Amino acid sequence: MSELAIELQGIDKSFGLVHANRNINLKVRKGTIHGIIGENGAGKSTLMSILYGFYQADHGDILVDGRKANIRDPNAAIAAGIGMVHQHFMLVENFTVLENIMLGAEESQILNAGITKARAELKRLEKEYALEVDPDAVIEELPVGIQQRVEILKALYRRADILILDEPTGVLTPAEADHLFRILEQLKAEGKTVLLITHKLREIMAITDEVSVMRRGEMVATRTTKETSVEELAELMVGRRVLLRVEKGEAKPADVKLSVKNLTVRDSRGVTMVDDVSFDIRAGEIVGIAGVAGNGQSELLEAISGIRRAKSGTVLLNGSPIDVTGHADPAELRKRGLAHVPEDRHHVGLVLKFEESENAILGYHDDPKYRKGMLLDIDAIRADAEEKIAAYDIRPPNPRLKTANFSGGNQQKIVLAREMERDPDVLVIGQPTRGVDVGAIEFIHRRIIEMRDQGKAVLLVSVELDEIRALSDRILVMFAGRVVGERTPDATEGELGLLMAGVEGRKEAAE
Amino acid sequence: MDFFQVFIELAQSTVRLSTPLILAALAGLFTERAGVFDIGLEGKMLGAAFAAGCVAYISQSVMMGLFAAVLVSVLLSLVHGYASITQRGSQIVSGVAINFVVAGSTVILGEAWFRQGGRTPALTEDGRFGRITLPFADAVREVPILGPLYSGLLSGHSPLTYLAFLMVPASWWILYRTRFGLRLRAVGENPGAVDTAGISVIWLRYRAVICCGILCGIAGAYLSLSANAGFTKGMTAGKGYIALAALIFAKWRPKNILFACLLFGFLDAFAIRYQGYAFPLIGRVPVQFMQALPYILTVILLAGFIGKAIPPKAGGVPYVKER
Amino acid sequence: MSVPHAKLPGWAEYGLIPLVNLAVAFLISGLVVLIVGESPLEAAYHMINGAFGRGEYIGFTLYYTTTFIFTGLAVAVAFHCGLFNIGGEGQAYIGGIGVALACLSFDHTLPWYLVFPIAILGAAFFGALWALIPGWLLARRGSHIVITTIMFNFIAASLMNYLLNKVFKPLGSMSLETRTFDAGGQLPKLDWLMSIFGLSVGTAPFNISFLLALLAAFGVWVLIWRTRLGYEMRTMGHSSAAARYAGIKEAKIIVITMMISGGLAGMMALNPIMGEQFRMQLDFVQGAGFVGIAVALMGRSHPAGIIPAALLFGMLYQGGAEISFEMPSISRDMIVIIQGLVILFAGALEHMFRPAITRLVLGLSPKTRDVAATKGA
Repeated sequence: MSELAIELQGIDKSFGLVHANRNINLKVRKGTIHGIIGENGAGKSTLMSILYGFYQADHGDILVDGRKANIRDPNAAIAAGIGMVHQHFMLVENFTVLENIMLGAEESQILNAGITKARAELKRLEKEYALEVDPDAVIEELPVGIQQRVEILKALYRRADILILDEPTGVLTPAEADHLFRILEQLKAEGKTVLLITHKLREIMAITDEVSVMRRGEMVATRTTKETSVEELAELMVGRRVLLRVEKGEAKPADVKLSVKNLTVRDSRGVTMVDDVSFDIRAGEIVGIAGVAGNGQSELLEAISGIRRAKSGTVLLNGSPIDVTGHADPAELRKRGLAHVPEDRHHVGLVLKFEESENAILGYHDDPKYRKGMLLDIDAIRADAEEKIAAYDIRPPNPRLKTANFSGGNQQKIVLAREMERDPDVLVIGQPTRGVDVGAIEFIHRRIIEMRDQGKAVLLVSVELDEIRALSDRILVMFAGRVVGERTPDATEGELGLLMAGVEGRKEAAE
Repeated sequence: MDFFQVFIELAQSTVRLSTPLILAALAGLFTERAGVFDIGLEGKMLGAAFAAGCVAYISQSVMMGLFAAVLVSVLLSLVHGYASITQRGSQIVSGVAINFVVAGSTVILGEAWFRQGGRTPALTEDGRFGRITLPFADAVREVPILGPLYSGLLSGHSPLTYLAFLMVPASWWILYRTRFGLRLRAVGENPGAVDTAGISVIWLRYRAVICCGILCGIAGAYLSLSANAGFTKGMTAGKGYIALAALIFAKWRPKNILFACLLFGFLDAFAIRYQGYAFPLIGRVPVQFMQALPYILTVILLAGFIGKAIPPKAGGVPYVKER
Repeated sequence: MSVPHAKLPGWAEYGLIPLVNLAVAFLISGLVVLIVGESPLEAAYHMINGAFGRGEYIGFTLYYTTTFIFTGLAVAVAFHCGLFNIGGEGQAYIGGIGVALACLSFDHTLPWYLVFPIAILGAAFFGALWALIPGWLLARRGSHIVITTIMFNFIAASLMNYLLNKVFKPLGSMSLETRTFDAGGQLPKLDWLMSIFGLSVGTAPFNISFLLALLAAFGVWVLIWRTRLGYEMRTMGHSSAAARYAGIKEAKIIVITMMISGGLAGMMALNPIMGEQFRMQLDFVQGAGFVGIAVALMGRSHPAGIIPAALLFGMLYQGGAEISFEMPSISRDMIVIIQGLVILFAGALEHMFRPAITRLVLGLSPKTRDVAATKGA
């Protein structure tokens, strides 16, 4: 018997050129709740997928209970006593709770005998851990909080001693999250080990015994929760990076160009993603929205740009309303002066199989200047693309090259050139520099500032806090679908970090 | 002819005509519930019917014929499985391809081997499934009402017909009461859930596809060994597609499949019997309308005008592990 | 969802891989010929000779090619929008109504060159109509287009059977067909075109609708790559998220695409009805709608690929007829096998040989390997 439930030694994993995990060492003591925090893309989920046998590490060893374990697939992980609650539930939606729990852990070829036993076992587990669910309820009819309980029960039913939870509170209401924490405490009391993956500092402080911090694929520190502070963790998470400096003068805000009032947006599951958000953006200013990914920024952008229907609220563009709750038409919004650089350029902002020049007109293909009679004027389109290629230094400078063959930074420049060169009144930008090389980042930032100085109203959403601070004239922080605070760019990283983690925002929003 | 007599005769031909539909639709049920769409039911049935006709004639053994039918159908299923599960190709394209390959090769091979214009030689009694006469069928024939029902409707069918009707509860039991069925239904809805539960998605889908092959094989054997005395060119005549329609019409459920196939079989039987017959009030119903009715009904159902047919959620999509 | 592959040079991507797939399909077909006890080489000789050996043969080959260009284009147009229109067979069949109506109404009074445009419109209209319903059902009700179009093939077969029986069949006639059209309903043969090459068309029904097919191929190229509509169709075919972002009306594009696809399929009816039989017969489509799937897959949905692919199948159909004449044990059903194998290897299994070919091609030339390595990520 070892006192360590899990020990990772030198885990290394690359996907192509992306080095997702670098020489990770981790010790998780038995009977503890061990938090793992880090920003998005820090490599937490990859690490846990390796531990659960979904991926194989390129190098390194996994020790379970002091013995080296060869975890080739989820089966081996289950056999080693590891259970996982995935961020996106792995449940069969039209199955009952009981069927989901049995799946893969049926005792015999014929279900009947097993069902009675499973029911009894489920009853016992429910009682032991205070996890009430109706075993005959169908998953799709249950609220997400209960669905998550089913995932936990699934792991317990397989006699997991070590439970991994990947961003478990992302889909939960605060009350549901509190309930989850009580369940985790209960699990700990029963001697189970819990690994909690999250980016929310508040949760780490509230419930974990120890916490490990990941940053850019590396494990940078492990602390005893009692002996650390939110400030220290925030700093470890973000790291002392060289601050981005962007030369910019004083903002000269003028008229309100975009006005959002009481906007509420739900996703396809009916979960409220944007909750009663209001703000104004004036000509000549950049308003940055800071927040950890998944707190409603994406849905906010999509609703404003007419891609996703909002539940309620109003949005005024240049003083006249956008039909955000009805049939807002992205094409019409473009004509009215709203340009949109979407967060996901691979699937939304670009068609990767198109030629560069074809992507340079996406959304503006109706423009008469690209038309010659009834046909598209290919020469005009290519000439136009060539102009933008020159202005934005897109490389290679070939409008006929397939878009997939451009690097991330150049792809982003294609989108930016298309949206910025239209002289819009309002520019909505999501993640302008995600997956973009350093040289291009600087260029893109300069362009955004130029847009501001030309008197555009700019709404900037980014999960890169540095970027938000460097570019914005005002910063709104979103947490759990709400704007929980407004700050100037001089606010410290720690202050913003606390707001983003939902620690201080609540009382402020209540005031 | 008195009404009751007509009823019995119609019912009996309904049972006969729906037998291959039931088997093929259940075949489709197994693969589609596992997330592999199959528009190749027609081809598999045809290939099986041909194999059964050939082997039963050569061996003079009906069981050998049945075995050959199942074997050929399973092999064709495996081709579909390889293309759509392993190679992650388009399931639709693969199904279309199999239908063509079989349609062509049954004629070419049949002609080459037997030289009877694409037919296999007529089978003697040994090479065919006989009719099973249930006990006392002759004795009770004269009993009013129940007599004809028993000896005219329940008795006197091919063993494969009884098998087909038995396969309905059996398939239900397999899908809903066994471990294999539970996993099969799960993999058609959310293969990720199956994968994370430590079960191989690929192997599970292959097994589902094999089940489909077995049932299609029996359906094909019924056509050439029971309903007819040997194989004739293109003898499935769209039954595979009708079965596909029945499967959708039944919303991918075993019990509904029975009723959908009986309904479609009845439409067929009715059309054959009442060709050109003028009904009171509605007059003459074109036989072509009756033939098209199963397809029309399926389209209407699929459009959600009479309830909604929701296909298995992961259907038609090859499984790729998410990163 | 494609497995990430190293990038191949264009000649391998668009030349070598389709050729290898085609070669495998033909190899297996050759095996079938062997099983039947005949010589595949001899069959190949008769095939080529039967398809191109004489002016008349070439005329027949091009007659079939005409048909397959139409149905191949129909499938390809839908493919570009991400739709699988498997209903070309039914749309072509219903398209026949338009041709028959035009010819039956005007063949006595108007010359062919006036009836022809009316028949084109009629064929396209009825074909489009038959595709409109599945398209609308997809756009508005979410019905699976593959299933609906299959069902519509069968519904079309029943409907046409009924119409030929009750409406089109002349009184007193026994066979299910319209009356034979007068001169106004007969398209002229392209004997002048053949004679330029010193060939005689003989009895082959190679007619002016071939030129229409070429025109349609050009039209489809213009539509897909030179119009806004085509641009929007391709955007949707690649990424519906990008289409929504660009403000493209998905429902509208689906319906229009299906109508164009159905219209092209319908125009196929001109060739056999006005060009060969001069009447509409039962089951005149003869599976050409399904051949269109193979043609579109082979031709990679590009008109420049579809025309040679249609020629290939035209050759198979005409040459196949010749084989069955010379080698009685190989009937025309051999073509159906080849067609199925082509669909299998060029369609469902198109990536099967890719890893091996990639290794081979990139192994041969170190320079391309480096490029592939940097692009591979």
